[in-house]
Amino acid sequence: MTQSGGSAAEHTARQRWMSVLAKADWSELAPLFAVRDDKPDYRFLRAPETGLVMLRGRMGGTGNPFNMGEATVTRCAVTTQTGIAGHSYVMGRNQAHAEAAAVLDAMLQDQATHDVVEHDVIAPLEQAAQARRQSDASRSAATKVEFFTMVRGED
Amino acid sequence: MYVAVKGGQQAIANAHKLSAEERRGNPDVPEIGVDQIDQQLSIAVDRVMTEGSLYDRQLAALAIKQARGDMIEAIFLVRASRTTLPRFGYSVPMETSDMAIRRRISATFKDIPGGQVLGPTFDYQHRLIDPALAEGGAPEPAETAPADVDAQSPKVLGLLGQEGLMEAAGDGDDDAEIGDLTRDPLDFPADRDLRLQNLVRGDEGFILSLGYSTQRGYARGHAFAGEIRMGEVAVSFVPEELGFEIEIGEVALTECEMVTQFKGSSKVPPQFTRGYGLAFGQCERKAMSMALVDRALRAGELGEDRVAPAQDEEFVMSHSDSVEATGFVEHLKLPHYVDFQAELELVRRMRAEAEGKQAGTGEAAE
Repeated sequence: MTQSGGSAAEHTARQRWMSVLAKADWSELAPLFAVRDDKPDYRFLRAPETGLVMLRGRMGGTGNPFNMGEATVTRCAVTTQTGIAGHSYVMGRNQAHAEAAAVLDAMLQDQATHDVVEHDVIAPLEQAAQARRQSDASRSAATKVEFFTMVRGED
Repeated sequence: MYVAVKGGQQAIANAHKLSAEERRGNPDVPEIGVDQIDQQLSIAVDRVMTEGSLYDRQLAALAIKQARGDMIEAIFLVRASRTTLPRFGYSVPMETSDMAIRRRISATFKDIPGGQVLGPTFDYQHRLIDPALAEGGAPEPAETAPADVDAQSPKVLGLLGQEGLMEAAGDGDDDAEIGDLTRDPLDFPADRDLRLQNLVRGDEGFILSLGYSTQRGYARGHAFAGEIRMGEVAVSFVPEELGFEIEIGEVALTECEMVTQFKGSSKVPPQFTRGYGLAFGQCERKAMSMALVDRALRAGELGEDRVAPAQDEEFVMSHSDSVEATGFVEHLKLPHYVDFQAELELVRRMRAEAEGKQAGTGEAAE
C-alpha cells in the first residue's frame, strides 16, 4: 500500500476533498463522475470492500470515549498509470461510490487534473451539501421557541 | 441439557415459504419498498440501527421489511448481518458539540445560547388520530426562518459547570482503555464505557421501564432533562495506510444529558450529577431512558447505596439485550422432547415414592 507523503497543508486540502466525496449523496456524485472523460487508467490496490467501523461517543458528550455501535463503511484504493494512489473510505455499502471517490482522490492529487475536478466535482458537491444543511437549519429555525415563565403575584 | 432433534425438513421449508407469502400480504396491495420504510417509518429504522448496533439505514429498513415489522426480529437480523463483515477499526470519538442541530431543548433553562429548537417532534401534539393521513397526499410545506448554519450551540450543562455546581463531564482522555462488548465477554464490575455501550444496544422497553422505576423511587433521584439535542455529526476515521484523519460520512444522533441533584457523599461534595444517553437517529425516548439508567448505575462511583434494580449493573446489563433475551425465552418453543421425557420420568418416580410413603404411613396408623 502506498504511504502518502506530503506536507500538513497538502493533508488539509486532501482531507477536505475526501470529506466532500465521502459525504456526498451518490445520486449527486454519480452523474458528475460518469460524465468525466479525463478519468485516468487505474488498477485496484484494493478492490471496493465493505466492512465496519466502530463509532465512538464520549461520556457526557465531552468525556472519555466509549464504543457506541458500528457503521458499515466501504473502502477502495486505486493506483493510476502515472503511479498516483487514490484512497476512499465511505460510510455505507455503495461500492461504486467508494471506487469513484478513490479515482477522484487520485485525480485531485494529480496537478494535471486537480483544478478541473475541484471545479467540476468538489465545488458543486460542497454547494449541494451546504444547501442541504441550510435548508435543514432554516426549517428547524422556524421551530425556535420562546418559553415564558408565568409569574404569580407581585414582583 | 438440550438434545437436538432431526427431521421435518420439508415442513420447515414449507413454513418458510408460507411466512414469505404472509409477509407479502394481499398481492393486490402495492408492495412496500425499502426506500419507503427508510423515509416514512424512519423512527423504526432509527431504533433498529440503535439496538442492532449498526448504522446503515437501508440495511435496517430491509430488516424491518423481512421481519414483517417485528422490531426485535429486525434487530436480530441486523446483528447477524454485522458478524459477516470485517472490522476496519474504531472511529475518532464523535463530537456532539459540533452537531448540526435539528432539535435542541432544555427543560432546566429557558434561555440558552443558540435558543430552544423544537424540530420535528411529537411533543405538544394532541395525539389524535388524523383521518386525513389515511387518504395520503402531500403535507403542508414546513415553515422556514433565517438560520446561521455556522452558529455554535454550546452544551447547556457547561453553563452550570462554570459555577462548579455541575460535576465535570471531563475533557476526555483518548488514550484511556475502552472496553468493547463485541470483542470481550461481559465481566463484572463493568466500567461506565461498557455500561454505556450495553445501554445503547439495550431494548428500548426494558431501558424505559428501568428509567421509569428510578423516577418512581427505586433509586431516588429527581432528574431534569438538562439538554436533548438531535442532528447530524461527522464521523472521522484514521486509516492505517493514510496515517491522518479523514471524514467518512455523517450520522444522525440523539443525545440526552440528564441532571440529578446529589446531596454529596464521603467521596463527592453536594452538586448536580449527570446521566448520559446517546442513540442513532431520532430515538429520544431511548436516549432519555438511557441517561436515567446511566445515572442510576453510577451509584458505586458516587458512593450511593445500591438498593434498586436500576442500580444493579449485573441485573441491568445481563438482561438489557433483546436479542439475548428473546433467544433464551423463545428457545423454549423448540423441541425439548428428550429433556421433558427425563423430567416426566423424574416426576413419576417422585410421585410413586410419595404415594408409597403415604401408603406406608397409612398402614402404620391403622
